[in-house]
Amino acid sequence: MPARVSKVRRTRAAEQSGVHYPRWFWPAFASPAIAWLLVFFLLPLYAVLSIAFGTVDPIFRTPLPVWQPWWWTTSHVVEGLDKTFGLFQQVYLRTFWYVLLASAICLVLGYAVAYYVARHGGRRKTLLLVLLVSPLWISYLMRMLAWVNLLDREGYVNRILTFLHVVPQPVGWLEGRGITVILGLVYGYIPYMILPLYAFLDRIEGSLLESGRDLGADPLSTFVRVTLPLSRPAILAGLVIVSLPMFGDYFTNTMLSGSPSTTMVGNLIDDSINTAGQGPEAAVRILILMVMLLIPIGYYLRSTARAAQAR
Amino acid sequence: MTKSTADSRGVGTAVATPQVGRLRSWWSNPWRKPRLLEAVTWGYLAWSILPIVVAVLISFNQGRSNSSIQGLGLNWWWGDPSSSLFHDPELHAAIFQSLRLSIATMAVTVPLGVAFALGLDRWHGRGSGTANFVMLLSFVMPEIVLGVAMFLVVVHVLAFLNLGTIAQVVGLVTYQLSYPVIIVRARLLSIGKEYEEAAMDLGAPPRQAIRRVLLPLLYPAILASFTVVFADSLDDFVTVRYLSGPANSEPLSVKIYNFSRGSPTPAINAAATFLLFATTLVVVLGYLGYRYTQRGERREDMTALTGL
Repeated sequence: MPARVSKVRRTRAAEQSGVHYPRWFWPAFASPAIAWLLVFFLLPLYAVLSIAFGTVDPIFRTPLPVWQPWWWTTSHVVEGLDKTFGLFQQVYLRTFWYVLLASAICLVLGYAVAYYVARHGGRRKTLLLVLLVSPLWISYLMRMLAWVNLLDREGYVNRILTFLHVVPQPVGWLEGRGITVILGLVYGYIPYMILPLYAFLDRIEGSLLESGRDLGADPLSTFVRVTLPLSRPAILAGLVIVSLPMFGDYFTNTMLSGSPSTTMVGNLIDDSINTAGQGPEAAVRILILMVMLLIPIGYYLRSTARAAQAR
Repeated sequence: MTKSTADSRGVGTAVATPQVGRLRSWWSNPWRKPRLLEAVTWGYLAWSILPIVVAVLISFNQGRSNSSIQGLGLNWWWGDPSSSLFHDPELHAAIFQSLRLSIATMAVTVPLGVAFALGLDRWHGRGSGTANFVMLLSFVMPEIVLGVAMFLVVVHVLAFLNLGTIAQVVGLVTYQLSYPVIIVRARLLSIGKEYEEAAMDLGAPPRQAIRRVLLPLLYPAILASFTVVFADSLDDFVTVRYLSGPANSEPLSVKIYNFSRGSPTPAINAAATFLLFATTLVVVLGYLGYRYTQRGERREDMTALTGL
C-alpha cells in the first residue's frame, strides 16, 4: 500500500476514534466474524496444505496432516504433479479449453444483451432486468435438470430437430458431448457476466457517446473506440467472475454428460473426495487448482482494493 | 426520454439516394434501431427461461416420463402414495433439511456479517485491511475449494463437528458470510456518517446513536442480506453435499443431483419446482420489505438484491 494512503487513513482514524468512539469499539464489531473466518476458512485452507504435504496412516490409509512446514513431505505433491503432466494432462487441457470457450461465449452473448438492456431498454428496462436476474434465484441444479429433460433422446429438442429434418434421427446429446457441457456452462454462469456488464454500461455517460457521434463516428466506430475501451475493467471482472466457478465445476459435467470423455478438473477432485483413502490426492488436486487460479483471483482482489481506495 | 425525437430525426437523415448510399446512410445513422441486438436479447431470454418453464410443467406430468408431458395433474406432487414429493419419505425429509439449513444459516450469517461490515467500515487501524482481504478471498474462492477444505477439516481435524447438519451450517455460513458484508457496506457508503454524527452532537451516546439512528437506516440492507442468504443457502449444493453425513441430512438439492443420474421420475422436477417456488416467495417478500424499509427514499437499483 502506498505510504500516502495509509497516512491519510491514520489521520482519519485518529480523528474518528478520538472524537466519538473508544478505540476498541469498531474492532470489537468485526472480531466475531474474524474469529469465524480464522477457524472455518483459513484453518481449512491450511489443513489442505498440511494434508497435501502430510503423510498417510500406514494401516488405515487415512491422511495424517503435518502442521509444521518443517516436517512436510513432498511425495503426494510430486505424485500429483506427475499425474497432472502425465495421466491427467488431457483433463487439465480440456478444462482449460472448455472454460475458455464457455467464457468467450458468455462474454460475446452477455455483452450484446447487457448493452441492449442498458442502452435501449427504454420503458421495458425493469421487466428486462427482472428476467435477467431471475436465473440467479433458480437453483443451479434445477436449471441443469431442465436441460437433462429437454436433451433426452426422446426429449423435446430431439423431437423438434427430427420434425424439422435437421437431423435424421435423435441425437444423444447427453452421452459425453463436449459441446453440451460447454453450452451447459454458458447457460449456468452467463447471468454472472451480464449483471456486472449491465451495471457498468448503464453508468457510461450518454454525452460521451454523443460527442463521438457529433465528431462523425458511425455507431460501430463509436462502440469500438469509446464504449469498448471504457468497459475493459468490467469485461475483465466479468470474465474472472464466470471463469473461477467454471474451473471448479463438476456437477454440470456429471449431469449433462457423465462420460470420461468430458472429465474436467472438478470431476477429478470430486472423484478423489468420494473415494475412501484418497484424502491426500484430493488435497493436492485442490492445491493445483488454487495455483492455476492464483492469477485471476489476484487480479480480482487487486482491482477490488483499487476501486475501494478510489472511493 | 429523447428516444422518440431521435427516431424522427433518424428518418429525416436517411436521404433517398441509390441503393448503396441508402445502405451506407442506414449503417452510419446513429439513431437506427438496434434490431439485431434486440433479437439477440429476446432470443437469449427465451433460451434462458423456456427450459425452466418446461421443467415446471413436467413436474405436473400425469405420466412417468421426464421428457414428455402426458396430461397435467398433481400426481407427482401429492397424488402418488409412495413416490410423490410429499409422500416419498426421502424427499419429504429432504424438504425439511433444506429449510432447516437455510433458516439456521440465515440466523447465524446475517448478524455476524452485519457486525463485520460495520467493523470493517469504521475501523481503520492495523488488521482491518487483512480482515477485508480475507473476506474478499472467501467471496471469490471457488465453492469446491471451500467445500473440500471444510470436508477434510471436519473429517480429520475438528472431528467433534461430525458430518451432518452442524457441519453443513458451518460451511454455509462461511461461504455466505461475505454477502451481507458487501451489501451492508454498500449501504453504509450511501448513507454516509452525517445522521449518526448529528445524533451524537445532539448528545446521544455511541450505543444509542447506533441503535436508534444507524440500525434503522441499515434495515433495507439487512433485509436484503436475509433474503440473499436464505435463497442462496436453499439452492446451495456443493458445500452441503460434501458436508452431509447420513442420508437424512441430504437436502433437496443433493437429492436432485442423485436422482437425476439414476432413474428420475417427475417427482424430482416437483422437488426442483418446490425449491423454485420457495425461493421466489422469499425473494418477492424480501423485495417488498426492502421497498417498504426504503420508503420515502430515492429508489435504489434493483441490483442490490442480486448480491453482486
